[in-house]
Amino acid sequence: MKSNTSRIGMVLFTFYLLLYGGFVFLNTFSPETMEATPWMGVNVAILYGFGLIIAAFVLALIYGVLSRSAEGEK
Amino acid sequence: MIYEPSMMAVAIFFLFVGITLGLSFFLGKKAKSSQGYFAAHGQIPWFVNGVAFAGDYLSAASFLGICGMIAFYGYDGFLYSIGYLAGWIVALFVVAEPMKRLGKFTFADALNSKFDSTGIKVAAGISTLAVSVFYLIPQMVGAGVLVQPLLGLPHWAGVVIVGTVVIMIVVTAGMVSTTWVQFLKGSLLVIFSAVLTVMIVQRGFEVDKPSADGHQFRTVGPLGENPNFPDDLPEDLKASYASLLVIDDTTSFPQTTNAETGETITWTPRIDEAGNTFLDEAQTVTETADGKKIIDGLPFGDGEGENSLHPIGRVSKLPDGQEKTGPLGPLEFFSTMQESEVVLWGNRKITNDNGSVTTVYYQKPTPGSQVLRPGEHPKFQGIRGDNFIDKLNFLSLMLALFCGTASLPHILIRYYTVKDEAAARKSTIVGIGCIGFFYVLTLYLGLGAMTSGSMDVTNSNMAAPLLALSMSELLFAIISAIAFTTVLGTVSGLILASAGAVAHDLVGSFSSTELTDHEQVRIAKIASVVVGAIAIALGILFKELNVSYLVGWAFSVAASANLPALVMLLFWKSTTKQGIIAAIIVGMTSSLAWILLSADTFAKVYGLPAEDAIVPFSQPGIVTIPLGFVTLVVVSLMTQNGGNN
Repeated sequence: MKSNTSRIGMVLFTFYLLLYGGFVFLNTFSPETMEATPWMGVNVAILYGFGLIIAAFVLALIYGVLSRSAEGEK
Repeated sequence: MIYEPSMMAVAIFFLFVGITLGLSFFLGKKAKSSQGYFAAHGQIPWFVNGVAFAGDYLSAASFLGICGMIAFYGYDGFLYSIGYLAGWIVALFVVAEPMKRLGKFTFADALNSKFDSTGIKVAAGISTLAVSVFYLIPQMVGAGVLVQPLLGLPHWAGVVIVGTVVIMIVVTAGMVSTTWVQFLKGSLLVIFSAVLTVMIVQRGFEVDKPSADGHQFRTVGPLGENPNFPDDLPEDLKASYASLLVIDDTTSFPQTTNAETGETITWTPRIDEAGNTFLDEAQTVTETADGKKIIDGLPFGDGEGENSLHPIGRVSKLPDGQEKTGPLGPLEFFSTMQESEVVLWGNRKITNDNGSVTTVYYQKPTPGSQVLRPGEHPKFQGIRGDNFIDKLNFLSLMLALFCGTASLPHILIRYYTVKDEAAARKSTIVGIGCIGFFYVLTLYLGLGAMTSGSMDVTNSNMAAPLLALSMSELLFAIISAIAFTTVLGTVSGLILASAGAVAHDLVGSFSSTELTDHEQVRIAKIASVVVGAIAIALGILFKELNVSYLVGWAFSVAASANLPALVMLLFWKSTTKQGIIAAIIVGMTSSLAWILLSADTFAKVYGLPAEDAIVPFSQPGIVTIPLGFVTLVVVSLMTQNGGNN
């Protein structure tokens, strides 16, 4: 059970790390990208920022569901 | 600005504190054993614990600091929100379950579970204390800031009140009551922030709305190219022209005096895109050498012949020449602001010949597209430049925020208040939900405050409560009381974490005989009083320091000292006890030393020139976190035969 849930955790963690890393690097090395307004007149900075917060919660929920079923199998 | 203590605010405030203390005494009867005192018997339901995470985590810095930073500079404050939340991913996926599985009361327990080493206990105990005290300073400073407008008391009184109430909470009941206080506060904070957000988007924007005190800031012009003062002043200003405030060789601001009131207005020139010069009404504060405060030429006060600063914050242009938007949708709120123009405020300090210091606060009309992009705050401007060191500083901060959360002692101890690993996981998920939702709201709260006409130009920390005041006095009273309870809650969590470290890790290690349960609790209570007293003293000493920036540093120290040890213990079999001890000590001392030698500390704490700083940038994380990992690996490899495996 331990290895199962922690493997799921690592996969989700890596996914989020890339997402967060992408945000930080865009801000640092291409801040003008953050000013573009691709959707509904809202800029990338806000869309990506909100996206990161929502993604954290969605990944947390996925993790919760998957580790419950992983534990349930044991 | 002058803050009128409102009776309603005072009443609601005391009601909150009363309920908190009552709850604390009531629940305190249940927690006599050390298991109850430090870990609430592991009996806290996971949902309550999850909301309590939000209560612990959404400190004065999150609530007041981020809102204030967004209200004064725009998007940049939201970068903190994102970083603070992202850190919870580390907590959930990496730290939560092992912490619960390995430890009993404190972070040191978990680290020490494999080795039973006094050295690890002492090192982890010291780092817990160091991080907690570092994190306590901004909370106490925040308490002082809050109490001024709320109760009309001086800064130090706020710090002493918080310190005393918290010591009483912690001494009476420990983790049980702290948890319930956090639960209460966490839920109220999220609910009322949501209420405030709905009111903000319902209110929408209005062009050149007068300030909360009815004042309308004026702009005169255009004056044509390169005007000379007073010759090229418009006629109405020329009549009342008084003097020229000289800033430097190339800049000077004309001043006019109202003959009836004696009020002196300073006008700051601004050149628009067409090359025309306009004069904007500014505000000045002069502090004389003997400590008197003069506002726009008149003594500070609200009596006859006295003056105070006008509240600020307005939209100066809306898209398509609209005057008023009416209610907006949640995304429309941003797209409208993107196309608008907002008046932000800048300031310049001038030391006069007679030793007095004048600060000129001037209007800075700024396009919404700039307000909503990163890199406008002085701390973040580096990302828009070409200097790699500045970019590195930003990366370092974002790394520290990401790694710091899962290393904060008062967050880590909350994993011991639930019954098992599944409950630890579930409560973290609830925590992420509450905290994430709140951080989304911070952007609305900050921008709402920015355009509310009620900000105090001298104090960004007050943005959130003043925004509430612009809606209704009741809301102001509630939000201020919640903000104050926020400080109480976070401070009690931190003091409890420190007390646990002293009683369980430090005294426990040095005492020759095993401490009884009762003795541990007694030592923890004494430690709470001592740490509380230290926090009060530091809160008064450091009152000038920027609250959210201090928190950023606390995250750096926590991440550098604790995270390498925690992560490597879980994921690298060859980790030795010497490696862990070395990583904690090196991570802690290097990050602390870096901070003490940085340009920010030089300028703000020692009053020395920032250029004299020894380290190249201010945020240590990007150097000291990897350093902790490297130290652990090197020392562990050197001590493989140390006999502890």
